[in-house]
Amino acid sequence: MPRIKNNNSIDSGEAVGIVAAQSLGEPGTQMTMRTFHYAGVAEQVPLGLPRLIELVDARREPSKTLTDIYLENDMEKNYKAVEELAKALEYISIEDVCSIVENFSKKELRITVDSEFAQANGITIRDIAKKIRQSMGNAGKVKYKSNHIMVRIDTAYQKLRRLSMKIKAIPLKGIRGLSKATVINDERNGIYFIRCGGSNINEIKKIEGVDYSRIYTNNVREIEKHFGIEAARNALLKEIRQVMDLQGLPVDARHIMLIADAMCMRGAIEPVGRHGLSGRKSSVLARAAFEETVKHLVNASIKGEEDPLSGVTENIIIGQTIKLGTGKVRLVMKEME
Amino acid sequence: MAKKEDDKQQGPRKAIVYLNGMYMGFHDDPDALIRELVQKRRSGELSHNLNMSYNAKTGELHINTGGGRVRRPYIIVRDGKPLLTKEHIAKLKNGEITWNDLVMQGVVEYLDAEEEGSLAYIAMSESEVTPKHTHLEINPLSITGVVVSTQPYPDHNSSPRLTMASAMMKQSLGLYAVNFNYRLDSRAHILFYPQVPLVQTTSYKALNYDKRPAGQNFIVAVMSYYGYNMSDAIVMNKNSVERALGRSVFYKTYETEERRYPGGQKDKLMTPPPNIVGYREEELYKNLDEDGIIMPEVEVKPRDVLIGKVSPPRFMEEVATFGITEEKRRENSVTAKGGDYAMVDSVMVTESLAGNKLVKVKLRSLKVPELGDKFASRHGQKGVIGYLAPQEDMPFSASGIVPDLMINPHAIPSRMTAGHILEMLGGKVGSIGGRTVNGTMFSGEKEEDLRAELKRYGFNEAGEEVLYDGITGRKFKAKIFMGVIYYQRLHHLVSNKMHVRSRGPVQLLTHQPTEGKAREGGLRFGEMERDCLIGYGATQLIKERLLEESDKTVALVCANCGSLGVHDYAKRRDYCPVCKGTRMEKVEMSYAFKLLLDEIKSLGIFPRLKVSDKK
Repeated sequence: MPRIKNNNSIDSGEAVGIVAAQSLGEPGTQMTMRTFHYAGVAEQVPLGLPRLIELVDARREPSKTLTDIYLENDMEKNYKAVEELAKALEYISIEDVCSIVENFSKKELRITVDSEFAQANGITIRDIAKKIRQSMGNAGKVKYKSNHIMVRIDTAYQKLRRLSMKIKAIPLKGIRGLSKATVINDERNGIYFIRCGGSNINEIKKIEGVDYSRIYTNNVREIEKHFGIEAARNALLKEIRQVMDLQGLPVDARHIMLIADAMCMRGAIEPVGRHGLSGRKSSVLARAAFEETVKHLVNASIKGEEDPLSGVTENIIIGQTIKLGTGKVRLVMKEME
Repeated sequence: MAKKEDDKQQGPRKAIVYLNGMYMGFHDDPDALIRELVQKRRSGELSHNLNMSYNAKTGELHINTGGGRVRRPYIIVRDGKPLLTKEHIAKLKNGEITWNDLVMQGVVEYLDAEEEGSLAYIAMSESEVTPKHTHLEINPLSITGVVVSTQPYPDHNSSPRLTMASAMMKQSLGLYAVNFNYRLDSRAHILFYPQVPLVQTTSYKALNYDKRPAGQNFIVAVMSYYGYNMSDAIVMNKNSVERALGRSVFYKTYETEERRYPGGQKDKLMTPPPNIVGYREEELYKNLDEDGIIMPEVEVKPRDVLIGKVSPPRFMEEVATFGITEEKRRENSVTAKGGDYAMVDSVMVTESLAGNKLVKVKLRSLKVPELGDKFASRHGQKGVIGYLAPQEDMPFSASGIVPDLMINPHAIPSRMTAGHILEMLGGKVGSIGGRTVNGTMFSGEKEEDLRAELKRYGFNEAGEEVLYDGITGRKFKAKIFMGVIYYQRLHHLVSNKMHVRSRGPVQLLTHQPTEGKAREGGLRFGEMERDCLIGYGATQLIKERLLEESDKTVALVCANCGSLGVHDYAKRRDYCPVCKGTRMEKVEMSYAFKLLLDEIKSLGIFPRLKVSDKK
């Protein structure tokens, strides 16, 4: 077994980083023009190059996140139970249900409820009024009639505007950040699971019946926060791979692994680029050669940095052989006595 | 004319009037204003250059009279009847009236893009004119520009190919001017035996293309040929080329002037004397006449002097001890550049605008089509010669017809240039029938008619021929589509581009090789190429490319303080100008890095190099 393993390991001095970069970069050039769109899918996760850039940049706020929620063993086979949970997940605030008109001269807010929408989500106007009353404490009066709610309060104009903003944000139902929860039938495993937009694992895990260990989101930062850096590395690998495969440009997993490993090597996800990997190279010359040349040179001079000239870029700059490939081999000879 | 009203009276039907983008005022009845303006423009009371556009949504009426608007002529339609009548056309034919008369009479008017889009309703043909129409297209063909209108069967091609064909037609060699012998263009090409295309469009006569053609009718077979026409390469018949198919001359003119300099000094055109600064080898001056100018019909090769010139020194010299400066004039001749193997065609001596003696020397070189020269049809189908096949090795038909050119069938389907195929068919019909074929857009001769005519002549109606392999003599299993199509030689000739370098000049600043053919430069080994070598682990090769073959220098580094040192030639020793140390090490580095160190120093940062023995 160790023999097989050793036979398959990469040779010492192989330029794995460059090869990985080329293996991902070249298909990347072909991707730009060919972004596929799928008919009937409303919730579009960015695909192709934009998504790849997003992953490699390790954005704190990815443009569109999805979360897959799996339930505990006996529940996940029961469609009704899953659907019920899904309905409860979707985040609805007053803003989604009502429209608010501010009347500054009468110092009142006129809130009109979209009764159809409210009914479909099992929200009554009484609930809404109650929530508003709660949020306001003792100040002002709240009245409701048919589908109108009137809030009267005697304050300054600015406060009225602030109040309306506050009312708009009052949560009515669901978990903050989650939207469009749909039940998906995993036919192969004979189970149902919930796919919803947004990611809020912190809240989702508190729900009874949710299998915390199987929650998956395409928000890599969220995974890092809740499941640790190893899980984040695997998520990065999975996501990048998925982007490439969807484009019909399969890339060997080991190239992606290397990139994912490099991004996670410091214990927290780091972007590739000026603010991440490339910006934290140990060599001054290598950093100066990449971006923000003057900044790096000046900072290095202030600190009195020394460049051991151990990397590739540095040695090319000064015109020496690089310590890779055939340049890694050294001939050592004992001095004659 | 336009009633200016007070801003406050703005009603619902009022228009904001702008003249050349500048606000002018409001008008009560924009429709009436437009009618009035149009009527006055047609009657000539207002300029024919005036155009307007009205946006009913925003109520903006823009009147434009400025330049820079693309305008096109249309026939005016009034009450469902075009104003251009048969009498007008008859009079035009007789020469009684001209185009301008039609414009002045208000029969034809020019619209710009804005007016065409907002106020006009244009009929494409006379038969579809209704009372709603305001204008009539003179010819539907005029929706294209001048160049596209000369392409045959453009309605059968994909639009990107039309664009590409238009771009390439402008690069074709032909008879650009009949007085080319007397002209001294700095570069010019003339095609031998230019031919009028067999498949033409109606705009040919109007454009006089038949008087200045730029191409020849080739017999083309659509077939592969031993892999020599893969990926847009073309195989041409060597014997056809030797019969002057696609042959051209290239003229190149060098010029120089006897300039006057401040201080009363002057250039002198003469054969430079051997003692002059910068004197070239004697050999290079051998063709100069007494006046220092080369003689006509002399063979010239690169570096040969064409016009001998002696110039005053670039900088004023120090005054010599006796107060007389001995004139140190320098050689400043005009020489033939790299790749110029040519004949001197003509020499002109004249005077420049400033009144100086001006000499122009025109070189002429014969350009026989060779490997790598570029050809293109009028359908965006370009290719470079991949092989010049001897006629005896080329396929032939039973009647002995051998193609001039073979294009690869793969060039057709993905590019969707059906027009190319149609032109081949049309050209075949035209060459057999002894006539030209009309390939005008929308109104060209139909494929069925061409096929029927071909059949009448006793040919395969699809244009296919039974061909025999010229090498084995065997009959091809497949019939080969062969026809006649107009091909153009494009001015990208290998002989004008070919360039090699093994050693040569370097840049002053970086000591790296120069760039470009004119400077005898090298080819850049760029960042991505470098990445590839790293990827291969070819360490020594990278060093060779980026250092030894480029800007290698040996710098002196102070072992004590790490700064760059200098060599004192007087004392014959190396020393460090910073710490005055004398323990200097010779370090091999790229000059660009030495330059970087210098520039960092100029930023106020002191870089030190720590030297030690190589581990």
